[in-house]
Amino acid sequence: MTLYFKYMMLLFKSQMQYRASFLLLTLGQCLTPFTVFAGLYFMFDRFGQLQGWDFYEVALCFAVTQMAFSITECFARGFDTFSSLIVSGNFDRLLVRPRSTVVQVFGSRFEFTRIGRLFLSAVVLIWAVTNINVDWTFLKIVALFFMVASGIVIFTSIFILTASISFWTVQGLEIANIFTDGGREMTQYPLNIYQKWVRRFFTFVIPFGCVNYVPLLFILNRDGYQHPVYALTPLAGVLFLIPCLIVWRIGVRHYRSTGS
Amino acid sequence: MMKPYISVFKLRISNGLQYRAAALAGIGTQFFFGFMFIMIFEAFYAHTSGTPPMTLAEVITYTWLKQAFLAFIVLWFRDDELFQLITSGNIAYELCRPSGIYGLWYVKLLAQRLASAMLRCFPILILVIFLPEPYGLQLPTDFTSFLLFLATLFVGLLMIVSLSMLIYISVFITMSPAGSLLLFSVFGDFFAGLVIPVPLMPNWMQQIVYVLPFHWTADFPFRVFTGNLSKTEALTGLCIQSIWLVGLIAVGKFAMDRALRRIVVQGG
Repeated sequence: MTLYFKYMMLLFKSQMQYRASFLLLTLGQCLTPFTVFAGLYFMFDRFGQLQGWDFYEVALCFAVTQMAFSITECFARGFDTFSSLIVSGNFDRLLVRPRSTVVQVFGSRFEFTRIGRLFLSAVVLIWAVTNINVDWTFLKIVALFFMVASGIVIFTSIFILTASISFWTVQGLEIANIFTDGGREMTQYPLNIYQKWVRRFFTFVIPFGCVNYVPLLFILNRDGYQHPVYALTPLAGVLFLIPCLIVWRIGVRHYRSTGS
Repeated sequence: MMKPYISVFKLRISNGLQYRAAALAGIGTQFFFGFMFIMIFEAFYAHTSGTPPMTLAEVITYTWLKQAFLAFIVLWFRDDELFQLITSGNIAYELCRPSGIYGLWYVKLLAQRLASAMLRCFPILILVIFLPEPYGLQLPTDFTSFLLFLATLFVGLLMIVSLSMLIYISVFITMSPAGSLLLFSVFGDFFAGLVIPVPLMPNWMQQIVYVLPFHWTADFPFRVFTGNLSKTEALTGLCIQSIWLVGLIAVGKFAMDRALRRIVVQGG
């Protein structure tokens, strides 16, 4: 863990060397979800509601997903750009060091500019939380916290999984975006607005549903979801990390250097 | 006189057509995103009380066209090579060439977009025509509006290339592509109607959008296709598009000349 923070400090210092570019990028990162959110706001302005969800409820959903995703991108960027490490053969260097590969890949990249995105999602979150029609209890706050935390774990797991694929394919695959960017776009809205097969896939294969949808129903006090156990469903999402790490291990064992 | 431009264009097209596997993966991704956007719109339309300014079928067709012609309409479709030329100083080689640099880059960018769209648009379009009822693409009612769509899409493509030329020119001044590219493309894409179709925006926002050039590149041709705009509107729009195009190219050329006059190449 100390090693990880050392990596982090080093990269932070190096990124701060280009202050103007850093600030501009941060601002840009903040604006991308901003236009998406503006689109969402305009849609509600036009249609009033979305299958029984009102604006602040969806905004909460949006904020939780964006927050989890931006934190993940900030810290797990190394896995996102992992295929370049394979292509250049630099992964060999990681293998000879006496530390776990996972920690080293984590430490290889940090995107601090994602703070812009995080900032925007925090603003939306506060806006939604203060306006939403919910009486906040301790358990609900815990549920909200778990939603973000295990959202981070799931996005990280997906990053690890897609990175492991490049052990076999060498090049990263654009199709993997379906699970990262697609998962993000998808879970910005409550899952029940989608077709059944989509909902099933994103609940049982990739457990976004347990993280995002079910606890949201609990927070909103919807019928049938009032039992406190639903506040803890996000923890089930954490289990997704295990198979992903196993695939990663198999991948590392399978790894053959590209040379150069 | 046009020969060097045409050969650069051909070269780039065949270069772009090499990446077929990447295009295939891209098609899969765009399909998924298309379905997702449609499901979201469908959910919004499910319990609507008033009559929205676009029907659901129009929005679905709009979405598929957007996914199919993504390479024609997004601003962030960029050529890192050109950025590197500018920031590394290799621009000096380009300046030695006997043909004008604006025209050369223009055809380069145009060819890239065309090649990428050729690979991706036909498979998507063909598949979505045969999709079952609510999800399928609705063809325009008659052949004239289809021709009008092609014309407006093409002028829109020329416009988007001249808009993205402005981004490249701005790099001469800022020397860092990331910032200007991001700001320009984020807002450009929103104003072009890529996040949500322009008619669905509130009125005050529409007024802003209609003043800016961006919506002519995507929103306008797509609405000609869906029949949301009448043929006379399409024709007048085509004229306005052409005026914008001439204006943008003139501004771009002027700015490029100015930037090149001040340029300092530092060896290396």
